Amino acid sequence: MAEQYVAAVDQGTNSSRCILFDRRGRLVSVAQREHRQLFPRPGWVEHDAEEIWRNVTRVVPAAIRQIGAAPSQIVAIGITNQRETSLLWDRFTGEPISHAVVWQDTRTDRLVAELARDEGPDRFADRCGLPLMTYFSAPRIRWMLDHTPGLRQRAERGEILFGTMETWLIWNFTGGASGGLHVTDVTNASRTMLMNIETLEWDDVLLDAFDVPRAMLPEIRPSSGVFATATEVLPGVRIGAALGDQQAALFGQTCFSPGEAKCTYGTGSFLLMNTGQEIVRSKHGMLTTVAYRIGDQPASYALEGSMAVTGSLVQWFRDGLGMIHTAAEIETLARTVEDNGGAYIVPAFSGLFAPHWRSEARGVIAGLTGYITKGHLARAVLEATGFQTLEVVDAMNADSGIALTALKVDGGMTANNLLMQFLADLLDVRVVRPMVTETVSLGAAYAAGLAVGYWPDLQGLRSNWHRAGQWVPHMDPARREIEYTNWKSAVQRTFNWLRPEDQEL
Amino acid sequence: MLRLLAAAPDGLGVADLGNALGLAKTTVHGILRTLHQVGFVEQDHSGAHYHLSDAFGRLGESYLDPNELRSRAINWADSLASRSGEVVRVGRLAEGKVVIVHHVFRPDDSEQDLDVGTTLPAHATAIGKAVLAYDTSAASRPRTLEAFTTRTITDPARLAEELATVRSRGWAGELEEHTVELASIAAPIRGLGGLVVGAVGLAGRVERICDSRLRHRSDLVSMVRATAEAIGRDLRDDS
Repeated sequence: MAEQYVAAVDQGTNSSRCILFDRRGRLVSVAQREHRQLFPRPGWVEHDAEEIWRNVTRVVPAAIRQIGAAPSQIVAIGITNQRETSLLWDRFTGEPISHAVVWQDTRTDRLVAELARDEGPDRFADRCGLPLMTYFSAPRIRWMLDHTPGLRQRAERGEILFGTMETWLIWNFTGGASGGLHVTDVTNASRTMLMNIETLEWDDVLLDAFDVPRAMLPEIRPSSGVFATATEVLPGVRIGAALGDQQAALFGQTCFSPGEAKCTYGTGSFLLMNTGQEIVRSKHGMLTTVAYRIGDQPASYALEGSMAVTGSLVQWFRDGLGMIHTAAEIETLARTVEDNGGAYIVPAFSGLFAPHWRSEARGVIAGLTGYITKGHLARAVLEATGFQTLEVVDAMNADSGIALTALKVDGGMTANNLLMQFLADLLDVRVVRPMVTETVSLGAAYAAGLAVGYWPDLQGLRSNWHRAGQWVPHMDPARREIEYTNWKSAVQRTFNWLRPEDQEL
Repeated sequence: MLRLLAAAPDGLGVADLGNALGLAKTTVHGILRTLHQVGFVEQDHSGAHYHLSDAFGRLGESYLDPNELRSRAINWADSLASRSGEVVRVGRLAEGKVVIVHHVFRPDDSEQDLDVGTTLPAHATAIGKAVLAYDTSAASRPRTLEAFTTRTITDPARLAEELATVRSRGWAGELEEHTVELASIAAPIRGLGGLVVGAVGLAGRVERICDSRLRHRSDLVSMVRATAEAIGRDLRDDS
């Protein structure tokens, strides 16, 4: 019998990719297409959803062709996606009402401030696990309904559909305007601010608060479970999973037990810890989110620490300052010196995310003296990612009551040995890199393969996970203490930089 | 042509260069293409103007940053380790020795330590031979050939023969020349302009790396060569 594969479709912020995995969880082929980033106004970021769907219809056959396989060798499709990016479309024509509004878009900042006004940003945290921020979907839906004449009435009549990107893809995979299925999964729904984190259903109080008609919302399904059989692109192949990208990475790293955590290091970085069936309410600036739900089993939850600027600080060092030619060269430059020389860079470029959530903060370079060279600054750039991770881990440990014993890492920055060693030293735990660094796609493939019986159970998936590299801590505890104290003191200096009268709010 | 480009901060077009040098457009194109492939000239966004790249001013330095080599090699090296089941390393030549740039554990989850930054003897390892075979700077050649086992090549003439074999077949093998019971296979990684910038290889117990007649397994050799080619393609495309 011909070899069988699972196709992961990763609809990301910059590109759409299709990766095929074999039964041992090994990557066998990759096809990718980038889509345009549209910036119609300062602070606005949009994607053309039709362009994205076209790209998906191309990368899936391309990945299959690459290894000379037949579509019949694909046993399931797993979908993972950029989270919170929101789209409205016409149920009857299948045409988007406008471009998708991307997660980085801050057009809803006034609206969010208004909604928070009396009770503060945490007024819905009990119900949805999230603070009020421009990051999430609900304010975006409200904004779109408010800014297109007649749209709200059409939405109330059920003529307009809302979806995040996995919803849009599944709808199109299953026929679009001619019979497409309108569904989402619990992980993506948990990022809208409209789903009740306990019942895993749309919550009337939240729908009222954001003034979003229930008729436009997709049905919420488990993350792993057969959604439907595709009629387009891969007719006859079952769609076995959908998960948000960071949740998919947690799944791909096989963090199935409470206390297991991973951190994905990219432009920004996201640390997620599985908290099992317990919904942990953060008192320390973490988000409460759904990790995954497999079929009818109870959902697993996660705490999430989001860091906005990590890899993008290296990009700034390269493109903004011109200190290096390629991102990888930062390690070479950083190794020209022994330590940071007393310099600390806090990259609060657009405020600070977890665990501080300070939108008025702006970045600083602290501890500057005449002694500091560009080598020290290169160290400070890399160390900023380490210190931010430590802050998130500290907050996570305090919230969960479980001390992290090892950190599984993935993403592009794991190629940086200096950073990985610094992380191990600072966190005082082992830092472990898995053999497959494409954990987002792997997680979607795992969840889909599980749904169709390609893999029998979670234990089988765990046995596919192999360590590719490991960094062990050996920093003197006294030095760690001093470094962290210095960092915290640098963070203090970023606060209250924007004064209320400066802000548009 | 290089002098003209160096004197023109805004860059020059094909016609400018052709006129100045009295060369046909096609000839200028051919030369520019070659200079572009080796990274000495760059095109502006419109593609109409050429200018000298800053790589030209850094000719004496090692032109590929070792950390850049690692970041380009990482996905391919992972894939080689998971397919072969063996330890994978990427190395480059520095001062007569192989410096480990990247190391992927053997995928059996046994305790292993990262040895990035450590060195291996060039004449007694497959990675070493794969880079030595293409090395033109006598300065980086090992001066004395230290014996690690009875199989280590210690005679310079024998080593020269061995390196000629590496060049003719495109990969290097090693059998108990550094450590008893271990063998390794490696292939050169060619960067811009075809320059060998390092090598990628796997290592493991003789009975897994070699067949019953102690020849390096051809399936592993193909995997290693395909990995080296994939890394090289990545390095050449993007610069």
